[in-house]
Parts: sequence; C-alpha cells; structure tokens
Amino acid sequence: MMYEVRDLQLSLPDMVRKPLLGPAPKIDILKGISFDLPKKSVLGIVGGSGSGKSTLGRTMVRLLEPSAGHIKFDGQDVSHMGEEKLRPLRRRFQMIFQDPMSSLNPRQRIGRIIAAPLELHGWDNVAQRAIEALVMVGLPESFAKRYPHELSGGQRQRVGIARAIALQPEFILADEIVSGLDVSSQAQVLILLEDLVRELDLTLAFVSHDLSVVRRLCDQVIVMREGLIVENAPTATLFTSPQDDYTKELLAAIPLPDPDQPFN
Amino acid sequence: MLCSIQSYAMRDTRSEIRPKLGIRLWLCGGWLFCLVLGALFAPWISPQDPLAQDLFAARLPPFWVAGSEPGFWLGTDSLGRDVLSRMLHGARLALIVAFIAGTLTCLIGSTLGIFAGYYQGWADRVISRFIDIWMAFPPVLFAILLIAVIGTGMTSIIIAIIIIDWTRFTRVVRAETMSQSVMDYIASAQVAGRGKFSTMVSEILPNLLPTIVVLLSLEMGIAVIVEAILSFVNLSISTDSPTWGGMIAEGRISIHQAWWVLVFPLIALFLTVLSFSQFGEGLKDRFDPVLR
Repeated sequence: MMYEVRDLQLSLPDMVRKPLLGPAPKIDILKGISFDLPKKSVLGIVGGSGSGKSTLGRTMVRLLEPSAGHIKFDGQDVSHMGEEKLRPLRRRFQMIFQDPMSSLNPRQRIGRIIAAPLELHGWDNVAQRAIEALVMVGLPESFAKRYPHELSGGQRQRVGIARAIALQPEFILADEIVSGLDVSSQAQVLILLEDLVRELDLTLAFVSHDLSVVRRLCDQVIVMREGLIVENAPTATLFTSPQDDYTKELLAAIPLPDPDQPFN
Repeated sequence: MLCSIQSYAMRDTRSEIRPKLGIRLWLCGGWLFCLVLGALFAPWISPQDPLAQDLFAARLPPFWVAGSEPGFWLGTDSLGRDVLSRMLHGARLALIVAFIAGTLTCLIGSTLGIFAGYYQGWADRVISRFIDIWMAFPPVLFAILLIAVIGTGMTSIIIAIIIIDWTRFTRVVRAETMSQSVMDYIASAQVAGRGKFSTMVSEILPNLLPTIVVLLSLEMGIAVIVEAILSFVNLSISTDSPTWGGMIAEGRISIHQAWWVLVFPLIALFLTVLSFSQFGEGLKDRFDPVLR
C-alpha cells in the first residue's frame, strides 16, 4: 500500500470566533477519514467546495498535521513526524498545486525552480535533470531561462508537473490542477498527466470537483462531503451504480454532450 | 528518459524583449554620480578654500551677474566664503550620512520586518507593538531631543536617523512578507523539504528586494533631509564645517542682499532628494524581472 489512512481528523482554530482572551474554538475540517491507496493506482478525490478534499490532500503530503488518526506512507507512520525526519521522505511524495502562478516563485527562472528541490536532496547534474524534466512535460529546453510570468497558464502548470516529477517521486498529489485552465489546456495537461503516470509508474491522488475529469483518469474514487467520505468505489462502479445521494447529485451536475442521452 | 510525450511539445515563441530606456534612471543616476564625484574630490576640485573668509570679497554674485569675480562661480556669502566650494564640501557630509544611515536603517528595519512577517506568532506581536509605540513619538522632535542628549557629531546624526526611521522598513517589509508567505511557492518549498529559515532567505527575500531597494533609496533621500534639518538648527556637526542645512540657515539671513547663498544649496538639496527617491523606482523598473 502506498497510503493507509485511518480515522484521520483535522481541526483548525477559528480565528473569527476567537474570544479576546483564551484560545480560539476549533473547526473540524476532516472528521474521520479512512481509505487505502494501493501502489500504482490513481485515486480521485471529489467533492464540493468546502468538503475538505484539498485539506485531505495537504495532510497526506504533510503540509498539515492531523489532530487525530494515522497516515501511513509505504508502511511508515508519517502523521506526526517532525520536519527533520520527514525530509528524506519528502522526495518520495510530491505535489502539484492548483494555482500555477502562485506556486512558481515569480523571481526565479524556470530552470532554477525545477532544479532547487533536486539540489536540496543532494543530486548531481541538477541543471541537466531540470531540462530533462522540462522536455518530459513537453516544453522546450529554452524555457529553463524564462520567468513564470512569461508563460501561459497551461505552460506554467506543465512546469509545476515537471518540478514534481523531476524528483522521481513514487506518489504525486494533484490538487485541482486543471481548474484554472481553459478547456483545451485542461485536456492537454490531463493527457500529459495520464502518460506520465503510466510511464513513470506513479501513484496519483487527483483532487477535483469535476467528476467528468476524474472518470477518464482514475481507478478509484472517493466522494467527500463536509469532511467525511460518503462513497468510496472503483470508478466504473461509481459511475454506473452510485450508492449515495450526494454522488448521484454530483453525477447529475456533469454537463452532457447530448442532453437527450444519459452520460455513461 | 522517454520521448512519446514530445509529440505535443510547445514552441518557445517569446521573442527577446528590449529593455526600456529608463530615462528616469539615467537622469537620477547621472546627478547622483556627479554629486558623488564632487564629494569625493571636493578638496581637489574646489576653486577656493571653503573656510577662507575674505570680507573684501563678501556677497559676490554668481558668474553671470554683473559684479562677479572669476574664481567665485556661484558667488560668496556675507563672510566672503565661496558658495560652490562650500556646497561641494557640504555634499560629503550629506552623502556619507545618506549612505551609512540609509543602509543601516534598511538592514535593521528589513530584518525585523521579515522575521515578524514570516515567523509571526510572538516575534510578530513583540515587534509590531514596539512599532506602534515607537511611531507615537514625533520624529524630528525626537531626533533633536536625542542629539541634545547624546551630543552633536556625524555618529549622532546617523543614530538619530536610524532610530526615527527603522519602523518605515519594518512595517512595509512585514506586510509584504506576510502576503508572500501565503503563496503556494512557499508550500511548494516545504513539499520539496526546504527548511523554514532557508525558505525565508532563498524564496521570500528575492521577492522583497524590489520593495526594499525602493525604500532604501527613498530613505537615503530622507536621510539627506534630516541631516539638512539638523544642520539648519545647528545640531549636526561642529559649526565651521560647511553643510547644506547650515548654508541655507546663513543664506536665510541675507536673502535680500545675496539670494544665491540660499538658493544654490536649496537646489542641490532638492535635486539630491528627488534623485534618491526616483533612483530606486528606476532601478526597480529596469532590473525587476517581473516588470521587465
């Protein structure tokens, strides 16, 4: 198993309702999440906004620390591991961010952005490896000398992907990576991701609010609502015979290519 | 590694963009460069001894006015001292104070600001409350009081400027750091395994530099003004060394008989402060990769 998640809970302080003195009350974002993610499979995490899907993802890559429960990455419990002990593991789980403008440092060149994590993990030939990663995501080598604002949205998201795969991770979290792109860039980025997952034997968790995107990419889908998993099923089963009402609602919300034909 | 994905490779279509000419940068930089040269070589290029008094050559007008004498290009004051020579020597103090006080204020203020903005928590609370208290003091009165206590001299002026103005840097840098800290590239650095301090130095600091450079050059202009104010009220350095503020104070008395004693240092002061404040903006326009 790549990930074993057991009864994961996370609450954050609510600064809006904080009294003048004393601690702020807690809001529960994740209320007990359990699932398994086998190696080399693609998991879709879907749900409406505020359902906690991004929070779940960020907890899996330990940008957030869970308040209760366990996350095991490849058999190791990472739920409360300190940043020092986590560092060697960090290479193995990477993340692609939603907003490609904010996730690329505006004052670093693309080559530097991709090479910096490699350097940090003590690799050699970092500049060459950065260029290899660029080529793998279908960008010309000359982009290594560009700044992020000189690229289009789709190109920036490819840089985000290049940065994640350059470290040769085993797991990648893709957090709503196409939601900021236009439809044709969306399709290109999804095809790219699909190819990369196959060729690099990656395990992928794909966070999205769009079920039609998930359907093409994922083997297994988790549907989340208000911090809980309402349905966890293989993709085919979920689309043909949804069990939960909320899943049915989400499925009904997919715009159909032909309104007279049901989507399946 | 693999080639199958190259089929939809993108072309690099962006052509080389020519940098803007930056007339502002050249004008400001030009004036400051001349001033620095003038100040550096003041003892050799000054036409006269700036302290030499000659009552027979008192209140000589500048060279284009009838009654002027060669060798006294911008005229003389009521004691017969050459205005140009005094201005060149006065530039030395102005520029030394601008560079040293500006840089030190910037270093101290920005360091506090970036720590407060990035680490937040108690560091931020202590530094921010301290700023609030500090800013409740009237700055110039505070400086005058300070010099009255620690005595006159260049070090006193520099200390006074730092003490008045560090909050300017801290507040702006703190706010800018906070807005950078919530960007995803900071989270991305954490995902890559970069430590907190290293993230602050290598990811956030480059994004603060344009703001800091602009503030620094503004601060140098302000330092020139503060030095002039303190010289004007005779609280800068020992009375016989020429200073722009001191010249303006002396010129004020004889404004009706010899306007040039007041006007030339005033113009120099004005151009210098303006150049400093625009120089930073010009540098940012020219060298910030995001704006280029």
